[in-house]
Amino acid sequence: MSAQSAFHESAGTNLNAQSLRADARRESLRLLALLAPSLFLVFAITIVPIGWLFWLSLFDEAGAFSAANYARFFEQASYIKTFVTTFKVAFIVTGACVLLGYPLAYMLSQLTRRAASICLIFVILPFWTSVLVRTYAWLVILQRKGLINSWLIDLGVISQPLSLANNLSGVVIGMTHILLPFLVLPLYASMKTIDTDCLRAGMNLGAGPAATFRQIFFPLSLPGLASGVVIVFVLCLGFFVTPALMGGGKVIMWAMRMEQTTSLYSNWGAGAALGVVLLVVTLALLGLFQWLLGARATGVWSSR
Amino acid sequence: MSEDIGLPISHRQRLWLYALSGLVLLFLIAPSIIIVIMSFSDSTLLQFPPQQWSLRWYQTYFQSLEWRDATIVSVKVAIMTTLVATPLGTAAAYAINRGTLRFNGTINALLTASLIIPVILIGIGTFFLYARIGLNNTLTGLVIAHTVQALPLVVLTVLSGLRSYDMNQERVARSLGAGRIAAFWQVTMPQIRFSIVSGALFAFITSFDEVVVSLFISGGETTTLTRRMFNALRDQIDPTIAAISTCLIVLSVVLLSVAQIFGRRH
Repeated sequence: MSAQSAFHESAGTNLNAQSLRADARRESLRLLALLAPSLFLVFAITIVPIGWLFWLSLFDEAGAFSAANYARFFEQASYIKTFVTTFKVAFIVTGACVLLGYPLAYMLSQLTRRAASICLIFVILPFWTSVLVRTYAWLVILQRKGLINSWLIDLGVISQPLSLANNLSGVVIGMTHILLPFLVLPLYASMKTIDTDCLRAGMNLGAGPAATFRQIFFPLSLPGLASGVVIVFVLCLGFFVTPALMGGGKVIMWAMRMEQTTSLYSNWGAGAALGVVLLVVTLALLGLFQWLLGARATGVWSSR
Repeated sequence: MSEDIGLPISHRQRLWLYALSGLVLLFLIAPSIIIVIMSFSDSTLLQFPPQQWSLRWYQTYFQSLEWRDATIVSVKVAIMTTLVATPLGTAAAYAINRGTLRFNGTINALLTASLIIPVILIGIGTFFLYARIGLNNTLTGLVIAHTVQALPLVVLTVLSGLRSYDMNQERVARSLGAGRIAAFWQVTMPQIRFSIVSGALFAFITSFDEVVVSLFISGGETTTLTRRMFNALRDQIDPTIAAISTCLIVLSVVLLSVAQIFGRRH
């Protein structure tokens, strides 16, 4: 091969490569143009205000640069109580969701497709019913003169109405009901992917049903369970509607405290600082989860 | 024997599992059913089952100007949100699905961020931003804020539709001379239209049921139905809300059924 033709060839591939690269660049720009409106909206309505609030949180009421808004969290007993309440509710609700959700998801995964899709309606319908409607329903059921109390009194089980609403138990029951689908749906989806041949092999080798479940099925279902637990826990931390309506003013959770400090006391710096810490804790938990399991907890919304 | 998976466990051995799961399913669905039944009660007291039946709470709902105005605001905002979020989300999902962009993962995370970020933070932040640019208590402001809430659902739904579609078909159309838009409109669109419709329905219901952000940025003449309900519930338990709730439940059932029917055909 002569030197000249080699030169032509390399110039040719160079030209080709260049026009291919230019083409790819144009293509990227077009794709970016498709994304631009959505990205702009999310940036303007989510990122900008949160960044702004973060900036605000760094100044005290006099307008001086300080960490007073954050120091408050460790100093004032009312804030500490709010955090304790929030985490307590989050742990109880997450635990209740696991206890109720795991058996349900397990049963759904063992049913035929047709039967499972009928049962899933009962999970998906509440999922898509307004949080407000469901909180109202629980208020009606649990309050002093509500259904449970009037039934129990009519049956003679109790003489004084139980206080089920307007306290911690009301908040926990309402939130468990609202968040349960967030655990069941990803858990069910992940249980569906467990290969039944593994279970069959275990039973073939002499394991009983209980041992097969404990040693094979349960470990394989853990990633799905973890993603459900993380999403429920994180949603608990920032939950507003149910504690605000069912807490009776006694159960002050994180989001309510944010609403009070900003709307009631117009203390934007303090409210913003609460929001920043809430966001950091949320992202840290999700990040930890993603790092440990390499999966994204947002799967719940696409697994419907 | 359960034939579907062929494990040597009989249904009878699993009876406790079915019973437990049945109770959990009951726990999930009972509140909605109780509210629907109670909305037809004639009594101001909360009795279950109601002693006498009537439509008086529906009459109160439809005759009250306040509730009617709030409902109209919510419907308007939900329709506009759907009309904005669906095309934007579809375009974004199309671009993400190509997967050729750098930072594709970051873009995806950013667009679905509002599912993860605590809504209360978005509510307060949006209120603060809108106060500066005069968008509080306006329909435009509500539509923009709800669009941001609805976008991730449209993106995720359309994306899952695109994942089961072979993009080579669009390439074939283009190599046969179709323009970019014609290829999308005539080849890709018809095959993912069910996902797009589902995404649109999810956008509608997200906007219609949205409470927390609306609580901060709506008010006066643009008070949404959910905001009015929230305030009413803070004061007292008004049986009118049972009637409104029933309407909301029916709306969810209808929209979900439509989504389901479209999904099955897909």
